[in-house]
Amino acid sequence: MIRQMAATSWLALLMAAPLATAQAAVSEQEDTQSARYFWGVQFEEFEYRYSDDDEELGVWKADAFYGTDEFKLRWLSNGEYAIEEQAYEQLENQLVGQMPVSDFFDVKAGVRIDTPEGPDRTYAVLGVTGLAPQWFEVDANLYVSKDGDTSAELDAEYELLITNYWILVASLDATVAFSEDREIGVGKGLVSTETGLKLGYDLIDRSFSPYFGVVHERKYGDTADFAEAGGGSTEDWFAVVGARLSF
Amino acid sequence: MRVFVVTVLVSLLSWAAQAGEYNLTVDRVTIDAGEFTKQGIGYNGSSPGPVLRFKEGEEVTINVTNNLDVSTSIHWHGLILPFQMDGVPGISYDGIAPGETFTYRFPIVQSGTYWFHSHSGFQEPEGAFGAIIIEPEGREPFRFDREYVVQLTDKHPHTGDRILRNLKMSADYYNRQQQTVGDFFADAQSQGFWSALQDRLMWGDMRMMKADIEDVQGFVGMINGKSPEQNWTGLFEPGERIRLRFINSSAMTYFDVRIPGLEMTVVEADGNYVQPVSVDEFRIGVAETYDVIVRPREDRAYTIFAESMGRSGYARGTLATAEGMTAEVPELRPAPLLTMADMGGHSGMDHSGMAMGDMDMAAMESDGMSGTDGAMAMDHGSMNGDMSGQMGGSMAMDHAAMGHAMPEADDNPFYADGSGLIPEAANGGRFLAYTDLRAQRPLYEDREPTREIELRLTGNMERYIWSINGVKYEDAEPIRLQYGERVRFKFVNETMMTHPMHLHGMWSILDVGQDKWNPIKHVISVAPATTVYMETEVDAPGEWAFHCHLSYHAASGMFRKVIVEGGPDSVADGDAEAVDGQEGEA
Repeated sequence: MIRQMAATSWLALLMAAPLATAQAAVSEQEDTQSARYFWGVQFEEFEYRYSDDDEELGVWKADAFYGTDEFKLRWLSNGEYAIEEQAYEQLENQLVGQMPVSDFFDVKAGVRIDTPEGPDRTYAVLGVTGLAPQWFEVDANLYVSKDGDTSAELDAEYELLITNYWILVASLDATVAFSEDREIGVGKGLVSTETGLKLGYDLIDRSFSPYFGVVHERKYGDTADFAEAGGGSTEDWFAVVGARLSF
Repeated sequence: MRVFVVTVLVSLLSWAAQAGEYNLTVDRVTIDAGEFTKQGIGYNGSSPGPVLRFKEGEEVTINVTNNLDVSTSIHWHGLILPFQMDGVPGISYDGIAPGETFTYRFPIVQSGTYWFHSHSGFQEPEGAFGAIIIEPEGREPFRFDREYVVQLTDKHPHTGDRILRNLKMSADYYNRQQQTVGDFFADAQSQGFWSALQDRLMWGDMRMMKADIEDVQGFVGMINGKSPEQNWTGLFEPGERIRLRFINSSAMTYFDVRIPGLEMTVVEADGNYVQPVSVDEFRIGVAETYDVIVRPREDRAYTIFAESMGRSGYARGTLATAEGMTAEVPELRPAPLLTMADMGGHSGMDHSGMAMGDMDMAAMESDGMSGTDGAMAMDHGSMNGDMSGQMGGSMAMDHAAMGHAMPEADDNPFYADGSGLIPEAANGGRFLAYTDLRAQRPLYEDREPTREIELRLTGNMERYIWSINGVKYEDAEPIRLQYGERVRFKFVNETMMTHPMHLHGMWSILDVGQDKWNPIKHVISVAPATTVYMETEVDAPGEWAFHCHLSYHAASGMFRKVIVEGGPDSVADGDAEAVDGQEGEA
């Protein structure tokens, strides 16, 4: 119940934020020289996944921001909903403040609240996000849970332009834990990786880009052992279909 | 007594003849761009607004009524007038509130082709602009039988707010000319795999794009409010001399203009006569104006073809002897690509380590960068330190060294040597260059400038932040000038975009190396990796705007307030009073 509320409330907020700020943007800028406040909402992933064990998932990875060139407030939301079980395998929301530290990189800090099926977690987040040389989009985060468990996540993405409209996106997401958190099935060391390859087409500007592709998820070390002990899988292949959205 | 009354009457009559009153309403309008229809903003119910015809020497009164639900403003682009009449909210005045009528009153002290536009929000890209023609007191130094305004714009389906928001989210949002996998293999075939790869790696290392010439693609080029299909048409009789008054009212787009089959004689630039120069094609920067004379002798149609500089779109119109006649519409030429020469001043490159004096940039580009390993090493370490959102420290470069080391092209010093943007006429003929412009009637005595002010044009493409000397408008101190001085402005473009710089209220005398014959302009286009000088006689007291005329660059911070201190008391106390005084006399 709480989980459902959490899920719906962030959606409601995502919808409401742009409306409120859009009005502000019009009324605030009465000259040509001082556009200051900006907002944006994006779903990097909004997709249906079908696994090699016939598991069906609804997955999203979204973020919304409001702010200036110097400081942005950003909401990141990440979820995996098991359609048959009607349960969130993963439900992660972050609220971070973000500011530039170099030409191409920002730092961010804030909180992350996980409310999936099973135990909840709250973390402090410290991260770096930006564009690395050779056009790799990089997002690296360090998490410290309330109980002091630390972990790190690295997300890298590369867009290959087949044409200016057909775009192949390769992505890699790796999680490492520096301490064990048995209750949520996380072992020390490399926890998991998610690798994706998706071919999309920009149908309406860059605001609606349907795609299809494959995603490979794998758990490692103790984390894999915990998953096996619990009767779960340690490696999954998914066929995915979805769309990138931005407003 | 009777004599006195008669005198007063006569003077009143002559005053009436010299005082034009004009009314403009600012309205929501529907703009039909052919491919799409959008809501926009116009004047007297249409976009573009009416052509305002003034006479040199008259005192104009313009009543502007704001029928919008947001505030508005009108800036009289290129007109020399009291600063309170200049129409820039936040600098000249507070703007015009919804429902309010603001009365502009100022003397017309010049002649030529100009334009007017809103200086509020993104109303200008939304259609809030029109043309101004000022008839001279004396004779024009050339003859013509008829004239047309050719006002260009780049109409985009998205609102200005949305465009800037999208650019801030993703600077390449509108760029559909990026290099693809196919381009890579084509390059690999023509220059060899390794050199193609090295080239990609160099650009990738800088995180810059060769195809980054037009930030905002997806527009429809329009002439006088007509799309290419709607085909604006100007009629003529064979043998007539036609004066075409080109005005680029685009938000973001430079156009390369030609009329296949006709030679164009450029007679005026930015409202000021220039010594006539015949060309086959010219590039018109955003907010510039060029008057050309053409003389079609045949009884047929001619296409006015204006390709965008990045070739992502075009405007088209027709000159014809009868309505409905058309001529062939040329194909768009292939899109140009920036070269390493255009990156000359890019932030994050440590130029001191580049040994540029020994390198031929153009040659380097064509041989695919082979053998440049050592020399081209870029110091990215310097970027990681002290950015702190202001772009200050990391942009520091040794300009002196760069300026001396970079030989400029002999034929056109207004582009970097080896630049990918150097234009060529479609028919292989003559393409107008800034160096071809010579003032016909210099406005000022040529004298030594009293001082030089360096303005580095700076920015961060990836973040879509634009600035001057690394500082955005909101964080910047105004530029203070003293009345009576002659200031030499040195523009150093450290970005890889072309910036049309516009100083309000005072003329920009472009240094093309012709001393007293240097052309007098109001917009100076500064190409990537070039240094351009202009001089300004500081003869207008008050507060003025000085900015890049690309709408989304101005909004992102490439903008300054200029304060002219001192000056004659009568003027400095405010021209509003002077105007009131004249009103009293009338």
